[in-house]
Amino acid sequence: METFLQQLINGLVQGSVYALVALGYTMVYGILGLINFAHGEVVMIGAMLAISSLNVLLGNGVSPLLALPLCAVIAMLGCMALGYGIERIAYRPLRHAPRLAPLITAIGVSIVLQNLAMMIWGRDYLPFPKFFSNNPHSFGGVIISDIQLLIFVLALTLMGLLLLLVQRTRLGRAMRAVAENQQAALLMGVDINRVISLTFMLGSALAALAGIMVSANYGLAHYYMGFLLGLKAFTAAVLGGIGNLKGAMLGGLVLGLIESLGAGYIGDLSGGFFGSNYQDVFAFFILIAVLVFRPSGLLGERIAERA
Amino acid sequence: MQNAPEKRLHKLLHSRSFWVCALLLLPFATDALLGHGWVRILDFAMLYIMLALGLNIVIGYAGLLDLGYIAFFAVGAYCYALTGSPHLATAFPLSIEGGVHWPFWVVLPFAALLAGGFGILLGAPTLRLRGDYLAIVTLGFGEIIRIFLNNLNAPVNLTNGPQGISRIDPVSIANLHLNVTQPLFGMEIPSVHLYFYLFLSFTWLVILASKRLEKSRIGRAWMAIREDEIAAAAMGINTRNLKLLAFAMGAAFGGASGALFAGFQGFVSPESFSLMESIMILCMVVLGGMGNIAGVILGGVLLAILPEMLRHSVIPLQQGLFGKIIVDPESLRMLLFGGALIVMMLYRPAGLLPSRVRRRELGSDEMAEKP
Repeated sequence: METFLQQLINGLVQGSVYALVALGYTMVYGILGLINFAHGEVVMIGAMLAISSLNVLLGNGVSPLLALPLCAVIAMLGCMALGYGIERIAYRPLRHAPRLAPLITAIGVSIVLQNLAMMIWGRDYLPFPKFFSNNPHSFGGVIISDIQLLIFVLALTLMGLLLLLVQRTRLGRAMRAVAENQQAALLMGVDINRVISLTFMLGSALAALAGIMVSANYGLAHYYMGFLLGLKAFTAAVLGGIGNLKGAMLGGLVLGLIESLGAGYIGDLSGGFFGSNYQDVFAFFILIAVLVFRPSGLLGERIAERA
Repeated sequence: MQNAPEKRLHKLLHSRSFWVCALLLLPFATDALLGHGWVRILDFAMLYIMLALGLNIVIGYAGLLDLGYIAFFAVGAYCYALTGSPHLATAFPLSIEGGVHWPFWVVLPFAALLAGGFGILLGAPTLRLRGDYLAIVTLGFGEIIRIFLNNLNAPVNLTNGPQGISRIDPVSIANLHLNVTQPLFGMEIPSVHLYFYLFLSFTWLVILASKRLEKSRIGRAWMAIREDEIAAAAMGINTRNLKLLAFAMGAAFGGASGALFAGFQGFVSPESFSLMESIMILCMVVLGGMGNIAGVILGGVLLAILPEMLRHSVIPLQQGLFGKIIVDPESLRMLLFGGALIVMMLYRPAGLLPSRVRRRELGSDEMAEKP
């Protein structure tokens, strides 16, 4: 029972990070009908920027309590600029091209970002500076650390704020209008390009925070971390119903749970044949299963085939 | 008006016998001019061309973006490795002492068939999906295969995990062992040259098959599906079966080249089959010109040779300029590939040597589909 609860908590924490990244995929998909393949790399760049700026800030004697929000802001700004640039360079010129074209540029962007990061930050694992005591709290044998608690609470808060933004503000209304029908939104005076740019920036800001969370949780960052994380977050978005914000949140949490419970129990269930080293396979199987049996996802509506 | 020598040159460049001679002499010329190592690079270039042509069937003809193509290469390679090395015998005490060691002409079709089977296995559940979903699922499939290859060393040691399988039999055809220098008409033909001729003949076969397929009823149906699936279905094309066939065909070519790779290399391990390899083959197809055989070959040659040239020029250049290596050629290569993918899609979406249909489809605005 204790193992179960422990895996449950680990899964929820991991899942809330997936959810944040998945939101970026789902927002872009909702508006442009495009899989932003390079989104995982934005997460990675966010983590790298945060670690670098943290090191500089802490090295100059800035107090950790101030340094953490500062580095988050730096990472978010950097990633927002990156997200804007990606949309501008790789997607906007191809908005009316066949679907294959933006997908291929996205792969290109992803490779370029990965290798740039490798050139700048090196091939090795980058340690996340340790500055606040990572106290493990124990509740009846189940351990949850400060960082995990912080990640979970912060992620939920961010999701709530995003929902408010999309449902209550003028920008949110414009985003929903563009997602519904670009032409009609244009006729109603919505500046489509601005809304799309802002959507990319919003998603990238969330990605930056997710990157910080992941690297703080594991204590390290790596130029290759964005690939798998991005793929899993995409799976989460599909699981929840791509294009649907609440779906992405639910999908992220569910995927996190499946993964951590699956990795915890697969050894027992398969009689030791499969071990927890198959953890990464779950996401792919879920992705295939969802796409085959319920392509609209848990909360999504049926997506019409676009020829 | 062309004058006589130009005309003769033109005729020469279009004669088949000229090209056959040139290709037959190529390894010797390379050996003499650049050194032994470059013939090996040529061999790998041939393998890449075969892979790119196989992927071209899936992407170029049928228009299905497959990002996990290297998985089929892996299936073929491991198939050859398991049947051609003592590993299987050590893993399963029941099988024949020292491994099964099937002859080349048995393993090759078997590897192709097995890879084709995997293609159907992947295609069957996913082909209903739209293009971009298909891309992600195939990418996931490629990773799954790699993870399994990495981890299937316990509890049953099938793949020997990350260490890979070594001591694989070299290719030998009718008692001609390709791993040793063979005498021919008083000449000594080294092993890498022999493999070059083997790969060359297989590449020729793949080209022939691709050409025939392109013009056939099946090929035309694939292109109809690529252009407009709904219209194709309305014309009575069984889109599901034909898409499956494209997947299986492409996979079978991948599997066959995988078997050749394993025989050539004598060693296989999961790290040869990473996502980056899939992307590299995709780059070859996209850069060269999707759907056009000559374009794909050009893309394959360029991308297989360029990294080696980079390796030979970037390191000395940096050492000369800065006294140390600042940018390693591997990441520079990937950086250039990524950049090339973006630039190509923005400015020349149909590739360096575009196919005529594809150019019409991707090139002009009025033909492009509306979002």
